[in-house]
Amino acid sequence: MSDWITVCSESDLTPNTGLCALLGGEQVAVFYCGKTRKLFAVSNYDPIGEANVLSRGIMGSIGEATVVASPLYKQHFNLETGECLEDTEHKLKTYPVRLHEGEVQMQAA
Amino acid sequence: MSKQRVVVVGNGMVGHKFIDNLINHEKADQYEIVTFSEESRLAYDRVQLSSYFSGATAADLALTDREYYRDNGVNFVLSDKVVEIDRAAKVVVTESGRKEPYDKLVLATGSFPFVPPIPGNDKEHCLVYRTIDDLGMIKASAKESKVGVVVGGGLLGLEAANAIKNLGLETHVVEFAPRLMAVQLDEGGGKLLRRKIEDLGVKVHTEKATTEIVVGKECRYRMNFADGSHLETDMILFSAGIRPQDELARKFELEVGERGGIVVNDNCQTNDKDIYAIGECALWGGRIFGLVAPGYTMAKVAVSQITGGDELFQGADMSTKLKLMGVDVASIGDAHGNTPGAQSYTYNDEIEQVYKRLIISEDGTRVVGAVLVGDVDAYGNLLQMMLNDMALPENPAALILPSTGDSASVGLGVDALPDSAQICSCYDVTKADIKAAVAAGCTDMGGIKSATKASTGCGGCAALAKQVMDAELASLGYEVKNDICEHFAYSRKELADIVRVKQIKTFDELLESHGHGLGCEICKPAVGSILASFWNDYVLKDEHIGLQDTNDIFLGNMQKDGTYSIVPRVAGGEITPEKLIVLGEVAKEYNLYTKITGGQRIDLFGAQLHELPLIWKRLVDAGFETGHAYGKSVRTVKSCVGSTWCRYGVDDSVGFAIDIEDRYKGLRSPHKLKFAVSGCTRECAEAQCKDVGVIATENGWNLYVCGNGGMRPRHADLFASDLDRETLIKYVDRFLMFYVRTADRLQRTSVWLENLEGGLEYLRDVIINDKLGIAEELEADMAANIANYQCEWKTTVENPERLKRFKHFINSDEADNSLAYVLERGQRRPATKEERVQLVELVD
Ligand code: SRM
Ligand SMILES: Cc1cc2nc3c(=O)[nH]c(=O)nc-3n(C[C@H](O)[C@H](O)[C@H](O)COP(=O)(O)OP(=O)(O)OC[C@H]3O[C@@H](n4cnc5c(N)ncnc54)[C@H](O)[C@@H]3O)c2cc1C
Ligand code: SF4
Ligand code: FES
Repeated sequence: MSDWITVCSESDLTPNTGLCALLGGEQVAVFYCGKTRKLFAVSNYDPIGEANVLSRGIMGSIGEATVVASPLYKQHFNLETGECLEDTEHKLKTYPVRLHEGEVQMQAA
Repeated sequence: MSKQRVVVVGNGMVGHKFIDNLINHEKADQYEIVTFSEESRLAYDRVQLSSYFSGATAADLALTDREYYRDNGVNFVLSDKVVEIDRAAKVVVTESGRKEPYDKLVLATGSFPFVPPIPGNDKEHCLVYRTIDDLGMIKASAKESKVGVVVGGGLLGLEAANAIKNLGLETHVVEFAPRLMAVQLDEGGGKLLRRKIEDLGVKVHTEKATTEIVVGKECRYRMNFADGSHLETDMILFSAGIRPQDELARKFELEVGERGGIVVNDNCQTNDKDIYAIGECALWGGRIFGLVAPGYTMAKVAVSQITGGDELFQGADMSTKLKLMGVDVASIGDAHGNTPGAQSYTYNDEIEQVYKRLIISEDGTRVVGAVLVGDVDAYGNLLQMMLNDMALPENPAALILPSTGDSASVGLGVDALPDSAQICSCYDVTKADIKAAVAAGCTDMGGIKSATKASTGCGGCAALAKQVMDAELASLGYEVKNDICEHFAYSRKELADIVRVKQIKTFDELLESHGHGLGCEICKPAVGSILASFWNDYVLKDEHIGLQDTNDIFLGNMQKDGTYSIVPRVAGGEITPEKLIVLGEVAKEYNLYTKITGGQRIDLFGAQLHELPLIWKRLVDAGFETGHAYGKSVRTVKSCVGSTWCRYGVDDSVGFAIDIEDRYKGLRSPHKLKFAVSGCTRECAEAQCKDVGVIATENGWNLYVCGNGGMRPRHADLFASDLDRETLIKYVDRFLMFYVRTADRLQRTSVWLENLEGGLEYLRDVIINDKLGIAEELEADMAANIANYQCEWKTTVENPERLKRFKHFINSDEADNSLAYVLERGQRRPATKEERVQLVELVD
């Protein structure tokens, strides 16, 4: 298991929005849910729109799932599993992420 | 088994309907169909004939085409008239000598215009109004004429009068009877209609019997009347009624009525059991039906009978509602009160020019007829009450009295209608059909239209059809449909009301009190926009930021590769050379693709996140403001050059456009808002396709509203004429705020208006007459909005905290490494997928 790497501090998070972190050359979209205080990390690359944009999508929920909607064509991706709700063929890579002593930390997946 | 041969004589509206029904019948493959038309084209929409004068083409009017007939095995022969029926041999013969055997013969020969036997009626510019070819001749004749006379003041005559008036002729209507539309209207109704039509500049002459048409002095012809008077004209259009086309029946000894018409029984059969007659040529129960709906019913009956079914024709209601030269007219049932013992209520408003008469049964419990002129809102209710034999309410007079605004509608609820009630008579759509369509998943009028065809004919049933749909949706527990999304059980409008009344300032507050879940990309931006339009708070505050689309967060439209565009405001399209130079320099420095937009401004494409603030800083310093190209908000006010330079300009369109744009810039709304101001009627700014359009006139400014380009273009409606600037601004303030408050999410003003009950009239009532008493409040809202305006980019570049977001990575200053461009026509554009592969190979 690889080490936890700090990508930013807790104060950099704005509840209910995403940001993009560079993790060993990979672009990772990190989301922070204000209500549940949970962090999520998935690949920033939208496989349908084919651009690095997911961190800039709107976060929300569809049924029970916490999701992000792609800012390009609005498909929803489950932040927990990475799965695309509209097209299950597509699945984002997910990354372990945690809040640790005021720092947002991730592990390379 | 060999196929049965069905020959259809006449390919008019009803003949075609018969064929269409038969080829869509489950037993279709047992029949071989042949149809003959005397006309040179397949069936077209005669009802909409007049639209040919306002730009519709023959193709627009077509009800079918050759491919459709061929694909369905329908044989057709055009421009060939059937002149003989050999009933013994069961063969028809055409003018050109073609012989066609039949098993079943269907006569759908329609009718022909009656031309009174007046000496001189066969002169060159004496025409009729029935076919597309007739229209061609009318157009040609109008080119060489200044004055036109329509003989006949009935329904078709008035329609014809409107047509020649629109062709620019001085128009007269000559009627034999003492009033217009004598068949459908009573005296009071006819009188008001006449007054309204004369106000429009058409001259009406009643009680005139033409005795001869001779050569004129001032005009081409002179019509002499029995009372010694005369009228000069260049063209005469006969519209003195129609006569059933029963020539074949007479010649080949089928039974015909005393005054014409091929006699048919309830099966639509003539006295020869293998010959049917349907449509306007058929006489049933001693009556001819000169409307398309009964003809369609006959077509259905004939198909049923021929295919072994048992549908019967049982007569049809001849009630009509129409707009003649913009005047609303409706006639229901026994409009003349001929029913024994009938009593009536009359409402006659000479000021507003509204006439309504309600005729009720002797015992006062049922509607038997009605005449409505000037205001036909009651048509749907009254018609349904009559057709379904429903009991009158307590105070029947209320059915025709103007509504007092707050009183609950006195009409019947659509719930009271039986399932069999016919809602759309053009397409014979019943309440049950609409309910079935809803059950099958239709939740809007678009769906209902395509599933049932309701309200795709004359359109008269649209309001009623929508009521039935809404009631059905509600009863199925479907009100959900107005819900904005799964997180809020409210429509956008309802959410807006909640936000305003409860003074809610954040999304979380609203979600907590009125919603559930976390929200989504639908409700969040919608609520964001509501919050912004009520409180005009800076949209990028922490509590609002998660509500915004990326476009709103980064104040630019995201492009396909994840970069953004930059559109500074160029109010009215006016820009100084200095500012143009700044744009050029910035574009050059950041290597941005540059394009003039369709909205008279300049778009710079391809800016990366981290570049956005740098670029905007430069632009703000040079005096630019954001153009809000990314938001659901006011876009541009397009202008033409106007009176300052243009030799035709009557007023300063650029100046006014700039004032308007400065006033409303930044206003958030349910969808984007576009404006334009033209300096004269030549309309170079295309104001009539904008949400708000302004055109200078000799006496002020004309205001147009609710136009749209885009996916479904809509011409704007003239809202008010010859306004001064202050009044115009006042109306626009109210209009915009009313729209912002009441429209649904992503509903352009065009669609909003189309869905607004009461339509344009109601809108005028609210905006101009302040019917709801909210005008002051709307103006105050707008004033507050204007006072709170800030250029979001200015605020952003001045605030270091805000700028933190404008980085691709939170933990690195690197840029997105996956962008790739190629040069085209001297500028760069994103590489295509194929090009990328090559680029990457080159780089690697
Ligand atoms: C840049 C421009 C095309 C151009 O190169 O000329 C443009 C570009 C876009 N238009 Fe447009 N429209 C542009 C003028 C128009 C016009 C013409 C006009 O305004 O005179 C129309 C038709 C008029 C109208 O809206 O009634 C137009 C009708 C649309 C529509 C359809 C709206 C509709 O009601 O059907 C959309 C889609 C939407 O808004 O949902 C759209 C959406 C878009 C979007 C936002 C699509 C997107 O989500 O990326 C494009 C954003 C480009 C960008 O990043 O800036 N654009 N678009 C024009 C910008 C004008 C400006 O200065 O602001
Ligand atoms: C200007 C105008 C406006 C109207 N507005 C309305 C309205 O608002 N609402 C409404 O309900 N109705 C309206 N009508 C009436 C409506 O158009 C008719 O009721 C409808 O067209 C009747 O259809 P049909 O098939 O019986 O006759 P038609 O449509 O007239 O078709 C008959 C066809 O048969 C052809 N034909 C005749 N004899 C022969 C033959 N021997 N051999 C071959 N072909 C032959 C004719 O040339 C014609 O093409 C309007 C009519 C006009 C002219
Ligand atoms: S028409 Fe389509 S492609 Fe062209 S700018 Fe508008 S949205 Fe983009
Ligand atoms: S009644 Fe004419 S379209 Fe429905």
